[in-house]
This record gives sequence, structure tokens and C-alpha cells, in this order.
Amino acid sequence: MDVITVKEERCKECGLCIAHCPNEAISFSDRLNSAGYRPVEVDDAKCIKCGICYTMCPDGVYEISQNGESGGKN
Amino acid sequence: MGDMIKGNIAIAEAAVRAGVKLYAGYPITPSTEIMEYLSKRLPEVGASFVQAESELAGINMVMGAAACGVRALTASSGPGISLKQEGISCISDEELACVVINVVRYGNGLGTLYSAQCDYHRETRGGGNGDYRCIVLCPGSIQEAVDLMATAYELAEKYRIVTVMMTEGALGQMMEPCELPDFIEPEKHPWGFDGKYTYKKIGIFDRNSMDEAVELNKKHETIKAEEQRWEEEGLEDADYVFVAFGLPGRSVQGAVKELRAEGHKVGFIRPITTWPFPEKAFENINKDVKGLISVEANATGQLVDDVALTIKKTIKDRNVSTYCLPCVYGIPTIKFTKEGLHKIMSGEIKEAY
Amino acid sequence: MAKARKVPAIIDNPMSFCPGCGHGIVIRLITECLEELGQDQNLIFALGVGCSSLLGGGLVTDRLHCPHGRASAVATGMKRVQPENTIVAYQGDGDAYSIGIAETINAAYRNENFTMIAINNTNYGMTGGQMSWTTMPGQVTTTSPLGRDCEITGNPLKFPELVASQFDVAFAARGAVTTPKNVNKLKKYIKNGLEAQLNGEGYSVIEVLSPCPTNWKLSPLNSMKRIEEELIPYYPLGVFKERKEN
Repeated sequence: MDVITVKEERCKECGLCIAHCPNEAISFSDRLNSAGYRPVEVDDAKCIKCGICYTMCPDGVYEISQNGESGGKN
Repeated sequence: MGDMIKGNIAIAEAAVRAGVKLYAGYPITPSTEIMEYLSKRLPEVGASFVQAESELAGINMVMGAAACGVRALTASSGPGISLKQEGISCISDEELACVVINVVRYGNGLGTLYSAQCDYHRETRGGGNGDYRCIVLCPGSIQEAVDLMATAYELAEKYRIVTVMMTEGALGQMMEPCELPDFIEPEKHPWGFDGKYTYKKIGIFDRNSMDEAVELNKKHETIKAEEQRWEEEGLEDADYVFVAFGLPGRSVQGAVKELRAEGHKVGFIRPITTWPFPEKAFENINKDVKGLISVEANATGQLVDDVALTIKKTIKDRNVSTYCLPCVYGIPTIKFTKEGLHKIMSGEIKEAY
Repeated sequence: MAKARKVPAIIDNPMSFCPGCGHGIVIRLITECLEELGQDQNLIFALGVGCSSLLGGGLVTDRLHCPHGRASAVATGMKRVQPENTIVAYQGDGDAYSIGIAETINAAYRNENFTMIAINNTNYGMTGGQMSWTTMPGQVTTTSPLGRDCEITGNPLKFPELVASQFDVAFAARGAVTTPKNVNKLKKYIKNGLEAQLNGEGYSVIEVLSPCPTNWKLSPLNSMKRIEEELIPYYPLGVFKERKEN
């Protein structure tokens, strides 16, 4: 099972991933991370694990793994 | 007794035998022969020679090699060494080891082609930004220069510091008999990059300058305590002590010999390290000495400052006069030094300090 | 089954780049290529001064902070004494093309066998947005407050083109980080450059058009738009010097 992981603490709210996600699966959450940014969150139902968010992210927020061991946000 | 050899060539060959793996530099009189010789010789021993586009590029190439933990060398003079100051400050900051040869020529700016000692302050204080120091070696003969080449690297590596081999134009150009040392194959320094990130570093914005200041001072104090080198004679009963390094030092030795034969009680100290300054030698000076005299090949007197500071530290209960005999450039003749002493004794030359 | 995507371990650290800055994308691509080529434990970075310096706190590799502009000379020294290591010089447009133009050009001139990555964001970012040699005509910066006047300051410098047309180098290209497609193309260029180094073919340079939202005073997305609409027409993407067929 494919899993997408979001490292909330890394997110700087730049919005590049949201702009390029082909399925509009990403949005800014209402939470603040410890740097004061609203980190992204992924709607897993819409996410097709294409990896474009990972490609555009400058801060290493995303990880897509194939084994389903780690999931959700951390 | 070795064969006759030109100073610059001998120093260059000594560097090869000390296991230098990279030379990067730019031609400038009177150091160019070092570079020309190494352009042929280094490839012969499987080492790298780069004719850099400038002195500035040269010191940075040396930095790259030094970062990899291998022995690297550059040589220049006057304005060329000026260009290297940023690089030397950075190499010192990164605590890398390398040797820079300054074949000193006289003058400010572009200067002249005369042999001189006008870079004393710059080399002993460091001409780049910050609190660093370089170990400065001042050979008085071609043999001494050759013998000091391996020492220059050993000191640089022991303390992770830049060693400046401060020679002079005349030494680079003259010929003397000289025995060349054996070949050494040095080990890669443990802090050298190997590509595998064996030696860990932190980013520059994460450094703690307060802690580093303590370590830096410790390093300098240790070097000062343990690495002073000098030659001395006739200090115990001297009325006047000459202080001179390099070829002027050798000439002054001759003057002292003649003056002694004429009945004058004089001695000399010939610093071989000008940083650390050979303060310990001054402790051997007659406590009733009348004056110290620096003999140096520059216009305004630079060595004299360290002489004055040091005698003040050593003889604290009275003011010992310090004089300066600056011969501007070249090598002062024995006559120059003897006449200088007479002028000092007659009061014609006043004390500098 | 989706393709696994994981930031290479040697760069998987938070770094202080501004939100939307391109540096983070580029260094990830470089480290991905190094991992794929088996060089991630055999590499040394020569880092420039400027925003590039922030990599010093993020990279978990051998790296040297070089004096401003001199990274290409430092990389030369490194590669000459340890040719078995992969050497990457990583410099901004100020570091590489202004203060460092002599060292940068001369490394290309000598066809030194390392890879230079130049991040072009048309200003001196770290020091607050001064004019650089790649600043566009009319672009307002802190030292061209009325807009860059190319008649007195010169025209924006096109380095990969210069190197490809004048020197015998292994590979020269320009990419951008504006869209996933461009990012993927850029990764191919970077990989080509590194392969040229591994093969001993000579000097490779990849310039990257990168956003600087902070000093351009644009949002990250509008910064990317500026690159697409204003920069790419002047600084075309593509390969200017192809690798020779083996």
C-alpha cells in the first residue's frame, strides 16, 4: 500500500505543492507548526501518490513509501 | 658538502622531498623560479602543478588541497602575498595546514625588485582579517631554508596553522652549497576530507566564537612556549645586542665578530622564528645592557617594535634603549652595521624606543 | 504501485532558506543524482558565500565554506589532489559571476573535472537584494533603485552560453525549478554533469533559474511566474554543450 508522509515541522507554507497537485489533494491546515507556518495536509482519498508535491517541495516535507509502515503526519 | 644550488630551486626541491602534492601559484619576481621548477618537477613525482590565473586563485586552490589533508604550497612576493591574505585568513579559520613562501621584495604597492624585509609586520601579525597568526620562519641561508621546509609542514600540521616561510629576494636568487634532504611520504591529515564525511564539521552559522576564542588563545600560547627558534652569541656581557634575521642576520654576525675583535662588547640574536618571536633569547642578555639594535632591510623599522616590546618585558626595572638601523633594502654591509653602532654610541642616532 | 520518494539522507535536515526559495529543490536533486550514481559517500562540496552558505548547516557530507567567489578555485585544488572523489562547487550568481568570475571562468577554461552548479536568482540574496550581473534590465534592486541601467552596468551575463561557445568543456546547461516538468529536466542535466565528471570528461556547469521571493517581493508562485515570463525568454533553458558520444 502506498503511503504519503508529511513532515509538518519542515513546511514553510510556500504553496508550491498545492499549486501543482493534479488532484487538488493538498491544503493548508489550521494548525501552526513551531516556526509559525500553517503546514500542509493531504486528503488521502484524493491523493494518487504521483510525487509532484515531493518534486516541487524545497523543504523535504513529503515522503512517499511503498510499504505502508509509516503513514500520516509527523 | 653539497652542490651549489640556487636558493629558489633548493627550496622548491625541498618542498618536493617534503611530500608536497600540489603547488598553485602565479609568477612574480623574485619567486618565479620556485614555480617554474615545480612545473616540471611535481609531475615527475606524480604530484599536481597548477599555474593559477592569479595569486588569489592560487591560495584558494591550496585551500582545496589542504582541506583534503595533503601538503600544498604556494609562493609569491609583495603584492602577490597581499592578494592571498583573505585565503590565508580562511585557511587559518578552518584550521587547515599549508605553507606559503614569501620571497620578500622591497616596496609598497607594486614595489621594486630589491631584496628586503619590509613584510615583517604583515607576516608576523597576519595581513588578513581577524585574530589569527601564522608561524613565520626566516632562514638565513639556503641550507637553513631547505632544512626548515619539512619543519614548516610539521609545525603547520601539529598546530593546524599556516606556516609562512619568509625568505628574501637575495636568498632566492643566490647560490650556495647545500645538502638536500631525503624524500618523505607524509600521511594524510586526519581532518582531511575523504569524501565519506569521516571528519565531522558544523555549519559556519552554528559555531561558538566564545569557545573558539579560548582554544585559539591556547593554541597561540602553546606555540609561543614551545616553538621559538633562534641563534645567539655574546649576550652575557654585551653592552649592545643586535637583532637581525635572514641574510641581514648573517651579515650582522660578521659585524659582531669584527666589533668584538676591536674590543666592543656586542652580541646578536638571530630570530629563526619571527612568530613566535624568540623572547626566551632575551632572557640571556646581560642585565646591564646599554641598548638593543635592530638591523633590518626596510624603511621605517618593523622588527624594532618586537625588539622593544620584548626587552621591556624582560628587563622591567629600567628603560633599555632600543635603536633601529633600517638599511631600506638589500643586505646591510658589515660596515653599515659597525658605523651604525658608532653613531648610536656617539648619540648621532637616537633611540627608537 | 507509486514510485518511492524520499529525500536523500545527506540532505534530510531543516534548512533556513526562505519559503519558496529554489535552493532546497536544487540541492535535493543534486543529492538524489549522487545517490543514484553511488557517490553520496564519495563527495566533497565547495560551497559559495551567500544563500549557498546555508547548505553548510544542512548537508551531512564533507564540505568547505569557501571565500566569496573562490569555490571554483577551491574545487580545482580538491579535484587535482583527490580525483577519485566527486567534487561539486555550489555557488550563487553573485559568488560565481561577479566577485568570482575570474575563478569561475578559469576553471571552465582549464576544463577542470568537477561539476559547478550556479543558482541564478538575479540578485545578491543573502545580503538583502543588491544588483547582480544577472539582474534583468530595469529590475529594481537595492543598488539599482531606479531599475538596472544596462548602459552603465552591462547586460545580464549568460554563463553557460559563454562557456559552451568559448571553451572546450564537457557539458553546459541551464534549467529551472518552475514546474515539475522543468524540475525533472533539470535533474537530467545535473545527472549528465555528474556523469561527465565520473567519466573524466571534464568541466560541467548547470545554471539554475531559481526564485527569490523575499528580494523579488513576490509570492513563491508569482516568483515562479516571473521566471517563466521574464527570465526564461532571456536565459533559455536547455543544453548548450552536449557531452561527446563515448
